[in-house]
Amino acid sequence: MIWFLLAVGAAVLYLIYIYNSLVKLRIRVKNAWSQIDVQLKRRHDLIPNLVNTVKGYAKHEKELFETIAKYRAQAQNAKSMREIGESEGHLSEAMQKLIAVVENYPELKANENFLQLQEELVSTENKIAFARQFYNDMVMKYNTKIQSFPSNIIANMFNFKKAEFLLFPGERENVVVNF
Amino acid sequence: MDFYAIQEKNKRRTIFLIMVFTAILAFLGYILDFYYFNNHFPFMTILAIFIGGFQAFIGYMAGDKMVLHSVKARPANPEDLKEKQLINVVEELSIAAGLPTPRIYVMDDPSPNAFATGRDPEHASVCATTGLLNMMNREELQGVMAHELTHVRERDILTMTMVAALAGAIGILAAISRNLVYFGSGRRRRSRDSEGGSAGLIIFIIYIVLAILAPIIARLLALAVSRAREYAADAGSAELTRNPLALASALRKIAGAPPMKHVNHGVAHLFISEPYKKRITEKDSLWANLWATHPPIHKRIALLEQMAHKYS
Repeated sequence: MIWFLLAVGAAVLYLIYIYNSLVKLRIRVKNAWSQIDVQLKRRHDLIPNLVNTVKGYAKHEKELFETIAKYRAQAQNAKSMREIGESEGHLSEAMQKLIAVVENYPELKANENFLQLQEELVSTENKIAFARQFYNDMVMKYNTKIQSFPSNIIANMFNFKKAEFLLFPGERENVVVNF
Repeated sequence: MDFYAIQEKNKRRTIFLIMVFTAILAFLGYILDFYYFNNHFPFMTILAIFIGGFQAFIGYMAGDKMVLHSVKARPANPEDLKEKQLINVVEELSIAAGLPTPRIYVMDDPSPNAFATGRDPEHASVCATTGLLNMMNREELQGVMAHELTHVRERDILTMTMVAALAGAIGILAAISRNLVYFGSGRRRRSRDSEGGSAGLIIFIIYIVLAILAPIIARLLALAVSRAREYAADAGSAELTRNPLALASALRKIAGAPPMKHVNHGVAHLFISEPYKKRITEKDSLWANLWATHPPIHKRIALLEQMAHKYS
């Protein structure tokens, strides 16, 4: 009898442990997401200022500015994770292009205001890339835990749902694993 | 070798060295307590660990403030473009490593260098010299700061504190042992020796040699741990930035620069590169290597280039 009770007690403790580790992972995923969210907002705020400064010098890059404006508007209205990934991914590409393009305008380099904006631009883009990498790592850990035995039983019981990767255009989930 | 393999190897090396420390401590303590004092409870050993641990603990809790004060570090100024870049780079890498952003300091010195301090990731500080900010491009700065953040992430300050505590305890036990051997009180020893025979004599000789050499051995072990942590932090930097060549190029610039001016000996081991540029650090011989806080810079560069080769 006493052994039976001990076994039940151990099993209950184990279940509590699994439940808690699932909750912890879910919170980590959420925190990692808010980290990206902050950086994406910064990016959206930075763009108008940056484009206005560069416009005066780089008159031939009209097309690029239009692309940036288009995807920025899309990104700000994006709701689902897929829409966010799609628009922000295109925006990332455009911003990388902008970073490369401004190198062709030496007059910009003499502008103190621009140098500050450029540093902010490079930094924000890096932060987005790193935050996305970290977020996708966390999602992978969480999803693996939800799907593997025996934690999947608890996950089903308490309705832990799979988290979504933030994928940029052209990426598939299994690619993200090796990021 | 890739960066995971290098990190693993140096982690194992660190654990091995700490085990050697502990073994020496246990050996000295055992002989002292059971043969000299005939205690059934290892009173002296525990006392020595306590004293060594207490000294190290003070350094652990207040060390970051003492170090930052001693090099006259000031918080980085976001109004200055170069220092803003430092702040940005550290923030980026903190996101990549999943760490809270450490406090960021700058110290005035034309020689490029940087260090990290603080007892855990929540109380960490990183500091760069003005020379570093002026000489490095963005990628090189990123490589150097990623090295420092790896020290923070791997809790190397804690490891080095533990090493200091063990070294302190060994030093205390060794000092007591030496006094006992020199100044007699050998009654207990002699009676035990005759029981133990030649094995007892050998152990006794090892004991005396250890008691005399302990401070030097402890110092050498601490230096070995420090070097292993440097290799591991280089590999960690490569892992974070995926750009080992940037750190290699930064180290090359650092190697070519003049030594730092006002650096206290107590903080020298913290820097990414040995600040005095002593020639011994760059020698390849085993003997020279034993006494260096850092591995030779050309060896670190070679390893990073190897990593880049593997990674690309």
